[in-house]
Amino acid sequence: MDGEPLHQALGLTDDELEAIRATLGREPNPTELAMYAAMWSEHCSYKSSKIHLRTLPTEGPAVLVGPGQDAGAVDLGDGLAVVFKMESHSHPSAIEPYQGAATGVGGIVRDVIAMGARPIALLDPLRFGPLTEERNRFLFAGVVAGIGGYGNCIGVPTVGGEVHVAPPHSANPTVNVMCVGLAPAERLVTAAREVPEGALLLLFGAATGRDGIGGVSVLASRTLEEDAHESRPSVQIGDPFSEKLLIEASQELVERDLLEGLQDLGGAGLTCAVSESAARAGLGAELDLDAVPLREPDLEAFEILTSESQERMLAIVRPERLDEVRQICARWGLASAVVGRLVAGGGLRVRMGGSVVAEVPARSLADEGPEYARPMSPPADLEELAADDPTFATVTTPIADAFLAVLSSPNVASKRWVWEQYDSLVQGGTVAGAGGDAALIRIEGTLKALALSTDGKGRFGALDPYLGAAHAVAEAARNVACTGATPLAITNCLNFGDPERREVMWSFTESVRGIADACRAFDTPVTGGNVSFYNASGGQGIWPTPVIGMVGLIRDYRLAVGHAMRDDAWLYLIGETLPELGGSEFADVVLGRVGGRPPALDLARERALHGFLADAAVDGLLLSAHDCGDGGLAVALAESAIAAGVGFAVSVPGDLPPHLGLFSESASRVVVSVEPDRAAELEDRAAASALPLSRLGETGGPRLVFDGAFEIALEEAAAAYEDAIPKLMAG
Amino acid sequence: MTIVPRIGVVIFPGSLDDRDALRAVRAMGGEGVPLWHAERDLAGVDAVILPGGFSYGDYLRTGAIARFAPIMDQVRAFADRGGPVVGICNGFQILCEAGLLPGALIRNRQLRFVCRWVDVRVETTLSPLTAGLVPGEVLRVPVKHGEGQFVVSREELERIDGEGLVVFRYCAPDGSLDEAANPNGSADAIAGVRNGAGNVVGLMPHPEHAVDPDVGATGGQPMFESLLSSALARV
Amino acid sequence: MRFRCLVDVYLKEGLLDPQGKAIEGALPAMGWSNVSDVRVGKNVTMEVEAPDRDTALTQVHEMAQRLLSNPVIEVFSVRSIEANEGVRFRDLR
Repeated sequence: MDGEPLHQALGLTDDELEAIRATLGREPNPTELAMYAAMWSEHCSYKSSKIHLRTLPTEGPAVLVGPGQDAGAVDLGDGLAVVFKMESHSHPSAIEPYQGAATGVGGIVRDVIAMGARPIALLDPLRFGPLTEERNRFLFAGVVAGIGGYGNCIGVPTVGGEVHVAPPHSANPTVNVMCVGLAPAERLVTAAREVPEGALLLLFGAATGRDGIGGVSVLASRTLEEDAHESRPSVQIGDPFSEKLLIEASQELVERDLLEGLQDLGGAGLTCAVSESAARAGLGAELDLDAVPLREPDLEAFEILTSESQERMLAIVRPERLDEVRQICARWGLASAVVGRLVAGGGLRVRMGGSVVAEVPARSLADEGPEYARPMSPPADLEELAADDPTFATVTTPIADAFLAVLSSPNVASKRWVWEQYDSLVQGGTVAGAGGDAALIRIEGTLKALALSTDGKGRFGALDPYLGAAHAVAEAARNVACTGATPLAITNCLNFGDPERREVMWSFTESVRGIADACRAFDTPVTGGNVSFYNASGGQGIWPTPVIGMVGLIRDYRLAVGHAMRDDAWLYLIGETLPELGGSEFADVVLGRVGGRPPALDLARERALHGFLADAAVDGLLLSAHDCGDGGLAVALAESAIAAGVGFAVSVPGDLPPHLGLFSESASRVVVSVEPDRAAELEDRAAASALPLSRLGETGGPRLVFDGAFEIALEEAAAAYEDAIPKLMAG
Repeated sequence: MTIVPRIGVVIFPGSLDDRDALRAVRAMGGEGVPLWHAERDLAGVDAVILPGGFSYGDYLRTGAIARFAPIMDQVRAFADRGGPVVGICNGFQILCEAGLLPGALIRNRQLRFVCRWVDVRVETTLSPLTAGLVPGEVLRVPVKHGEGQFVVSREELERIDGEGLVVFRYCAPDGSLDEAANPNGSADAIAGVRNGAGNVVGLMPHPEHAVDPDVGATGGQPMFESLLSSALARV
Repeated sequence: MRFRCLVDVYLKEGLLDPQGKAIEGALPAMGWSNVSDVRVGKNVTMEVEAPDRDTALTQVHEMAQRLLSNPVIEVFSVRSIEANEGVRFRDLR
């Protein structure tokens, strides 16, 4: 260890050590240092982001559980609650993509079941480097296989997500996973429950091994054998079969109201689960490490305390219910062991081999981690980047070729190669799966359905982090609104580079500001989420990439609107197309430029659009609705046509040059198709709502005709769209 | 008062589509009866479904551990007596491992999990799933599996074909056989087979996910109708 | 007495092995064009408590026949190995 102080080797600063000393009134021992190092890490304590996250709107009349617990929850009416959260598992996925992604799914699912909910859907927004590079193809294939391998095996349908490709992700793939669950509102396992002194802490699920100890491994005793290094895997292996049993056992325990609390073991393992449970209850805890079921003998105290072995849960159980709880675990083939109990006072006392090996205040670990207001300043080249506006650049590429280039770019092209690897049918509730604007999961026993979408706009974020974040929220809400649903609330995953760099911290706070403004405008509070910092290597960090997970509700799923246009219909564009190529797919793919400013965003108009779409759906006015996102109007029309197997003939509205009319990525726009004899109704409604509306043309025929620009056979466009990613992955 | 056939659905640790199978049975007019893997009692049901999923995580080989579950003795005895037994996806794999159906299921030829709507052609009406159907009929149902490639020795394949044991083949929408329509590389595009007596059938597609028009095509409806009437015939 | 036993499970000859085929296809790009007929099997190691080696092997043979292999598609071989044989991380270099 060459003279480096222990606390530094563990990742703690001198100030943090001072704070620990002050709290304990003495020097911490190595085991206690390990506990603090894990709990006060960026990943567990959010120390660089906490003060900024507090500015997010988190309240609303329907919010049952906001940020701070395992997952957020929103009231759906009919006594039901939707429970949801998004997490990242990017760093492990860069090392071992299959298991990194698989264990990411495992972790977020456990967060949802810890709230007492049954998981009903998964969505996976993913970002990789260019697929022309073999390493990126390897990571992409591995991550998708891992999400499928784990998600399919636990019986939760994966129904949405995104795949984006950008150079900064070459060394830093971004793997985010969102899980959505349902529970009767009164059955939610929340911190509001009165937890009694003397309640037992029952660990159930998998045995504890040396997984994920990594950072605190410097504490290993000096008599380390040579091959102990191999027995400390840097990547955890997920066991989805155990997870499935955990889901069923947890559901049964919650249904029978046998638990006072339930917590998932994730980052910082047992230390986190126990200290958080105790702190929430306003109590302390006694923990006996000898009682923890181990996968291999001779684990040291700090290893048991910080292990991140997968598929483990901690239940808080009244003594008189213990037998019944253990019987249910046994019936599902899960080992269980009482590892401690909650006691008066606030201390967490850890025993092993008969002596006390650690004793720290639970609250100090769980709630009193450091909070940093890190220095920030805009990137030096921001103005220069903004001035490099591609909107009025000369375009020499023939527009038909440009269309095919954009349509077949990995960001835009069909992701069928991905979502066919996911079971989207299990549980029988998927009214609409991947491929459309938002997934629709119906709620059994009602006519309601949840509308789910995940969206991130990294390229916009690179140019203007405030706008990029606001656009992500807007697009997520718009995707939900296109189905006729009303956006309710969001979770998020904030993916950024090194927070110790001033420009990264600045873009983080700008992004938070953008999310806050958009969420307030749409009345979609933030119920929780995740911050993933340090997505950087060799000095190169990812673009500011907040990813939003939007949850919406439609009252009657039979009235939901799909994105495929209908034959013999008229096409309209709701919204206004302005000359805005900043940060667009066209500029990137055809002009080779990422520059300019993201399109303007009028939050009030965006909100009006959502309401308009919901009302129109109730009246069955729209045959289809599809939002304009990456690639602009041309892509929205093409996707809608390809999904339907129906062509169209349109004129580009306004006076813009064709490539601007077709590929500008102006916000708040949706392409809809209506029956000709209801067109007047649409026009009247739009006029009444003051939303811009322009008639594009008609559907029908075997060709995609952009009057005044170009035309192409539907089959050719479909082939370019569908074959792009399979071709890249075969190579 | 009409008699309602009782259809048992076995639940192994790791079964996933058991609820979906029970829901489909009920939606189609039967009584769904969950059967726990550790029990040795079929509760007097008129037919048995082994549902889809990943019993025992598919560890060792898919279906290899589930075939030794206590309830499987009863399932075998029920099959020996001529009781209708249907194995869906993982259930098909378990029936093959248990020797109640010929052949074996291995990893998809393309080495990737596939979840997709396919068309299957009815090859024989001598099975609980096709009793009321017409040979050549095409039904649209989903597949979702990573290990659905049906393999069997050349001699066995000849025997299976010769004795009319193939129940479903993957096909194009018009019923013609087309390699592009085969989602996993199965021999002779075989999607499902029966035993010699015609009371046990296994198939990789999921008819239980194809009975509700709100969530997809309904090629599973005729299959469940056949199953319910096969079960009723034994009441 | 404790005996360390090893079961090797092989795919039957003549059966198409998609995994083996994929591996065979990947090797030339890595510089080996002299490889054919790649087949992927599995091995299972275990400690068996038995009065003598033959008894242990007989039992493992039955386990292999009934559970560890599928006779429709696989064949196997069984042997006992020394206590420090089999897979150990320190051997893998």
